[in-house]
Amino acid sequence: MSLKIVVLAKQVPDTRNVGKDAMTAEGTVNRAALPAIFNPEDLNALEQALRLKDQHPGSTVTVLTMGLPKAADVLRESLYRGADAGVLLTDRALGGADTLATSYALSQAIKKIGMPDIIVGGRQAIDGDTAQVGPQVAQKLGLDQVTYVESVESVVDGKVTLARRIDGGVEKVEAPLPLLITVTGSAAPCRPCNAKRVMKYKRATAPIERTADMPYADEYDKKPYLTLTQWGAADIDADLQQCGMAGSPTKVKAVQNIVFKAKESKRLTAADAEVEGLIKELLENHTIG
Amino acid sequence: MINKPCSSLKNIYKRKIMNNVFVYCEIDKYTVEEVSYELLTKGRKLANELGVQLEAVVAGTDIKGKVEQEILSYGVDTLHVFDAEGLYPYTTKPHTSILVNLFKEKQPQICLMGATVIGRDLGPRVSSSLHSGLTADCTALEIGEYDDRKSGKHYDGLLYQIRPAFGGNIVATIVNPDNRPQMATVRSGVMKAEKVDDNYNGEVVCHEVEKYVAPEDYVVRVIERHVEKANNNLKGAPIVVAGGYGVGSKEGFDLLQKLADELHGEVGATRAAVDAGYCEHDRQIGQTGVTVRPKVYIACGISGAIQHVAGMKESGIVISINTDPNAPINQLADYVITGSVEEVVPKMIKYYKENSK
Repeated sequence: MSLKIVVLAKQVPDTRNVGKDAMTAEGTVNRAALPAIFNPEDLNALEQALRLKDQHPGSTVTVLTMGLPKAADVLRESLYRGADAGVLLTDRALGGADTLATSYALSQAIKKIGMPDIIVGGRQAIDGDTAQVGPQVAQKLGLDQVTYVESVESVVDGKVTLARRIDGGVEKVEAPLPLLITVTGSAAPCRPCNAKRVMKYKRATAPIERTADMPYADEYDKKPYLTLTQWGAADIDADLQQCGMAGSPTKVKAVQNIVFKAKESKRLTAADAEVEGLIKELLENHTIG
Repeated sequence: MINKPCSSLKNIYKRKIMNNVFVYCEIDKYTVEEVSYELLTKGRKLANELGVQLEAVVAGTDIKGKVEQEILSYGVDTLHVFDAEGLYPYTTKPHTSILVNLFKEKQPQICLMGATVIGRDLGPRVSSSLHSGLTADCTALEIGEYDDRKSGKHYDGLLYQIRPAFGGNIVATIVNPDNRPQMATVRSGVMKAEKVDDNYNGEVVCHEVEKYVAPEDYVVRVIERHVEKANNNLKGAPIVVAGGYGVGSKEGFDLLQKLADELHGEVGATRAAVDAGYCEHDRQIGQTGVTVRPKVYIACGISGAIQHVAGMKESGIVISINTDPNAPINQLADYVITGSVEEVVPKMIKYYKENSK
């Protein structure tokens, strides 16, 4: 049985090095100002999708991402690693969305792609760490969901067997297709980029990325696979009231940098007498012992 | 204590809709998870502040008579019990249907659940069904007012959902001005559980599950389940000896373990130390790990990234051992020992042994 698989992937700011200047006055993220990477758990998700494709010949893996035009990077990277197609959902009307408005836009795009047998996403993205978009997309499409998946064990007769990583243990569950799953970071890492695929797809671009003076422009006419699918809000029949800021029930009231409240600390050196003095003090006031 | 009788469905409909605070209680077979008691305690405080009641929801199999008394003792005014085959182990849809249908009747203004695997699976599904906002992994919840700059509208009594964002580099306060319930998840250990009264006068309502859950909701089947209780007592330990990347090696952590053994404490670690393979993952302290509040926290070679501090900032006495006298964590420390871990820790063990007898 061949499967129609959609992978949800997000380009995220590398949260290891961000300051307050990365936020706009409205409290949303100024993504344009930050180094962007493929969300790590979405790579785990892509690997599970590609394994399904390996096991079920004739399956297709389409990667869907929503974001700024440069989010097309994750689509190219997905193609290099083995995906068949990429869809870039980009539109100012979709910006500033919370997880609910994001899920609405993604679910509309999935309807336009055509209902898949299985949707695979990362458990959560490192910029928000919410783990909400997967279940919310499932709800909007009326699909069952299994979250925290570590591996897809088998797909037989329209039923999927999955291993989950749950609090303090593991769980094996069986669920019918169609289904949405989210994959944890403890799942198998994604296969590397394939050199031949890099050569084939390195000039793949979404129309919005192209400029008039771009070299190789003539190639796009000859090689349709170099044009990434690009959709805006109108292409997915989105109700603008449910998109972006307007469609987001949650609002950011305030954002602040954390400042440690300085305590008055006793400063000691590593000298024997000072360490012994500290231990004695802690024993005397029953802090330890 | 006698279990309170279940009142009939008729009585529920008669009661006035009060826009109460609801807590979803998570269970492990017949016992309620600690995180739920922590949330009930928080929920009680929020309800008092808002002048409304606290209600709780629990769903499982053969739980009647086993969980009610304990849940009520945290100050629950009404406990909704859903007891039927197929509700344990947890699967998404039956529990979602219970909450969605119950919330349509009850119109809660706030709903809290644990930021556990279950809460993070259930919360978004419920919020999407009800089109209400949800904030994950909150570290503080408060009641406050809000002025919407765009619409010029003023709101009172909103739930401030406060959480680190952006990998812990900032703290954001989130509000849901117009949609109800205002939903939030909170990690285990972040709030503190405090019983109100063993004989708290709350009511138990047993619902007919089939009125809330359709047969086709039971589609996902749990075939196998292996859950082990945590093999360390990091969360409850009175003394935590935590190491950072600065400890430098697994052997360095063996040294911390020796000190922890002497002090009857537990070893913890920063994410960087866990990622480097110095310590097991289940000992990670911080926003994406365990939250601890020990009496004594000994930070060894820890610089003090905000994500880590989020998991230990409510510790009693903090002792920082670091070669860098300006490590950010020193700002939080009661005692700062400027020196290397391999020099200071053996001395602490030695002088503890000499002086504690």
